[in-house]
Amino acid sequence: MTAAEEAAGEEATGEGGPAGAPGARGAGRRATVTRLALMALPAAFFAVFFAYPVLTIVGRGLRADGSWQWGRAAEVLGDSGLLHVLWFTVWQAAASTALTLLIALPGAYVFARYEFPGKRLLRAVVTVPFVLPTVVVGSAFLALVGRGGLLDDLWGVRLDTSVWAILLAHVFFNYAVVVRTVGGLWGALDPRQEEAARVLGAGRLAAWRRVTLPALAPAVAAAALMVFLFTFTSFGIVQILGGPRFATLEVEIYRQTADFLDLPTAAVLTLLQFAAVLALLGLHAWTVRRRESALKLVDAARTARRPRGAGQWALLWSTLAVIAVLLVLPLAVLVERSFAGPDGHGLVFYRALRAAAGADSTFTVPPLTALWNSLAYAVAATAVAVLVGGLAAAALARRGGGRLVRGFDALLMLPLGVSAVTVGFGFLIALDEPPLNLRASWWLVPLAQALVGVVFVVRTMLPVLRAVDGRLREAAAVLGATPWQVWREVDLPLVRRALLVAAGFAFAVSLGEFGATVFIASPDRPTLPVAVARLLGRAGELNYGQAMALSTILMVVCAAALLALERVRTDRTGEF
Amino acid sequence: MTENPAEGAERAEGSEDVEGTEGAQGVASAAAAGPTSASRASLLRLGGLTVRFGAHTALDTVDLDVAEHETVCVLGPSGSGKSTLLRVIAGLQPADAGEVVLDGRNLRTVPTHRRGVGLMFQDHQLFPQRDVAGNVAFGLRMRGTARAERERKVAELLDLVGLPGAQHRAVGSLSGGEQQRVALARALAPGPRLLMLDEPLGQLDRGLRERLVVELRRLFGELGTTVLAVTHDQGEAFALADRVVIMRDGRIAQAGTPLEVWQRPADEFVARFLGFDNVVPATVTGEAADTPWGKVPVPGGTAEGACRLLVRPAGVRLVPAREGLPCTVAARTFRGTHVSLRLRPDSGPELDAACALAAAPEVGDRVGAAFTSDDVVVLPATD
Repeated sequence: MTAAEEAAGEEATGEGGPAGAPGARGAGRRATVTRLALMALPAAFFAVFFAYPVLTIVGRGLRADGSWQWGRAAEVLGDSGLLHVLWFTVWQAAASTALTLLIALPGAYVFARYEFPGKRLLRAVVTVPFVLPTVVVGSAFLALVGRGGLLDDLWGVRLDTSVWAILLAHVFFNYAVVVRTVGGLWGALDPRQEEAARVLGAGRLAAWRRVTLPALAPAVAAAALMVFLFTFTSFGIVQILGGPRFATLEVEIYRQTADFLDLPTAAVLTLLQFAAVLALLGLHAWTVRRRESALKLVDAARTARRPRGAGQWALLWSTLAVIAVLLVLPLAVLVERSFAGPDGHGLVFYRALRAAAGADSTFTVPPLTALWNSLAYAVAATAVAVLVGGLAAAALARRGGGRLVRGFDALLMLPLGVSAVTVGFGFLIALDEPPLNLRASWWLVPLAQALVGVVFVVRTMLPVLRAVDGRLREAAAVLGATPWQVWREVDLPLVRRALLVAAGFAFAVSLGEFGATVFIASPDRPTLPVAVARLLGRAGELNYGQAMALSTILMVVCAAALLALERVRTDRTGEF
Repeated sequence: MTENPAEGAERAEGSEDVEGTEGAQGVASAAAAGPTSASRASLLRLGGLTVRFGAHTALDTVDLDVAEHETVCVLGPSGSGKSTLLRVIAGLQPADAGEVVLDGRNLRTVPTHRRGVGLMFQDHQLFPQRDVAGNVAFGLRMRGTARAERERKVAELLDLVGLPGAQHRAVGSLSGGEQQRVALARALAPGPRLLMLDEPLGQLDRGLRERLVVELRRLFGELGTTVLAVTHDQGEAFALADRVVIMRDGRIAQAGTPLEVWQRPADEFVARFLGFDNVVPATVTGEAADTPWGKVPVPGGTAEGACRLLVRPAGVRLVPAREGLPCTVAARTFRGTHVSLRLRPDSGPELDAACALAAAPEVGDRVGAAFTSDDVVVLPATD
């Protein structure tokens, strides 16, 4: 994509002069005005619904008597309990990443190079966990390895008190990240490159090590960093499976904020996490740039073939076994538990979801209404994310712009770095008083959920928009198309698919959002993840069963959204 | 590169459309593109057009007139500013100075989509998500032409470019030559006042290119289209154009009919760009010039004094070693109709010569070189 962009840029300057020519002054000013107009709404959105709440909450924590209390930060950082949290956060993220790579890399190879019946379906299946809400994953693993879980029933083995449950859940979650990122590139690498090395006298292993591995390394690094980032900020899974013993920074921020109301500590931890994530994102951007270096890529469909020989079949079957045990089994157990009532299998828990609230019930409304709340919120959040993210992507995709654009681009990544808990609590505190009293507004939840959705929309749309050859637009203009017609006739058809994919991701992210929503969803309008978490937090078989049933419903909704997406995606575009 | 541009030049000369009747032995000093067709109204007029990219000047006060129904080819090496020229006319690149006048109307404030010019891009830029008909009809659709009329026009154009019935083919399934035809049909469909072609045949293989050049010329003749094409390939330019404009570093180095340019290159740059390498410093005295190769006869009436001298390969005759400039044959290349030789004189720079196959010496042979004044061209002294 970068190459195409560069080529387009070169073309724009005609015969090789630098861009930003004085000749383009008039047109340049017009372009700047257009860009600023496009950026206005996203910038305002981020200022009001991201920067303002986050800064408010950090300020609440670290400012007293009108001045910053940096001494407190030092105090917090010196606390041995918090150092322990920091150590555990890093340690578990590193372990999860290593374990995910170990388990998923063979899978990436199998998906890239082997052809077998049902491959497309299986590829969709392994992607399902990625869009599942953390709360569902937590419940599924609880059903598998927790108290009264499948392993407990069969052999009396419980893992929910050990760190293994967390690590396995993280592998479950991120398997698709590795298979997609690495496998996608692996499949598109031209096998003839390796063949050329073989002809030049390299052995099979040497050819792989010298040709394929270097080409693959940046993708592996990018995938590893992505997994590390996700697991570093892990909240729902650790909250559910970690018990009181294990806490990541994000969980600790939640505890300090919600349980102890210790805002200074929470603010310091937020800043700490923010800095760490920024560093990770910078590293990630760097590896992505390197990945886009000149590689000879071919259509992935052409490089795959049926496995040959016992070794290759064994690799295929062991991959299938891993997927079955690690990815399918937890979800199957989750579904099974949701039907396993006190008097044999049935719909007891599902029926209970519809029951009106009793005196001692967890909710003031029937839990099933959470489904409609979630869907409505997710639709609204998706609309906001597509609007804001689409405008931002359109502004960023326009040629030139320099530092302003790069800054804006970086700004758009920040929601990934800031603790969702902080955002949620920030909403609660900052948007509570005039002029922005949204406390009672239904829109508070979708606006918070859209923040991360915007990132997905921008990151999905931007490469596609940038890859649109600028000369296609010029060709349309020369043929008489007005600027609006150019956008409708050239850009829109090319990005429509990406827009759908982006909207689908934004939808899935909103459905599963937990960290921020848990603060701001009003008690009578819980979302599915919030309802699940609340049910899991209460004792009693009925609550547990209902949590499983709600999780199952949430999983089905997410999986359906993903499979619909997968159809759109694989019609023509193939990988991501 | 087409090896024998003279062929193209002859074809152009034979054509009825030849412009610029200053005569075959036209003014050698045509350093700027003076209006060559006073007899016809000029459709496009560029005046003092200048485009700068930072410190680099892509177009430097370019003046050019294109008459109605005329085909003009801008020829130049890459980086000479010829693509920028087309982009400025199309409104895709603003000019720093100068004006573009089309049909008597200054286009300064007219945006691209209202200029009514056609541009065929170098690599076609067909819309990948539309089929052939969708591409060809695009310009008509933008103008709100009715569907029936569009379909009729598309069918007509596809017939014209030799792709009848291709309406529903995907552009991805087209060969290079077919894409080129679709791009041409798309550019012609809205009936542009001026059709511009950017390296129209650049990416095609040679056989196809030569066929298409002939087709294009016939087509433009039939339609009466006014065409401004740019190319780096002299063979293409000579075969296609009524008039050739040679550009160098954003300036026009020479303009004239293909034959004029071929016979009388304006300066050493043009000569070398056309593939002539036998250029040496010389001093003319009377009927001959002193050169590093010895005395070379010059055409009658040549002004005396210092100059540069071009000897076309055809003007180098092979004689026995004793009788002419003694040389060793350094290389010989079979060209089909003749043999080109690279001669290494005992003194002076190497020399290109052409001779018939039967008479061609072997590499290493000793030969003599003699010069005929018909193929000697006197060029300005310094560049």
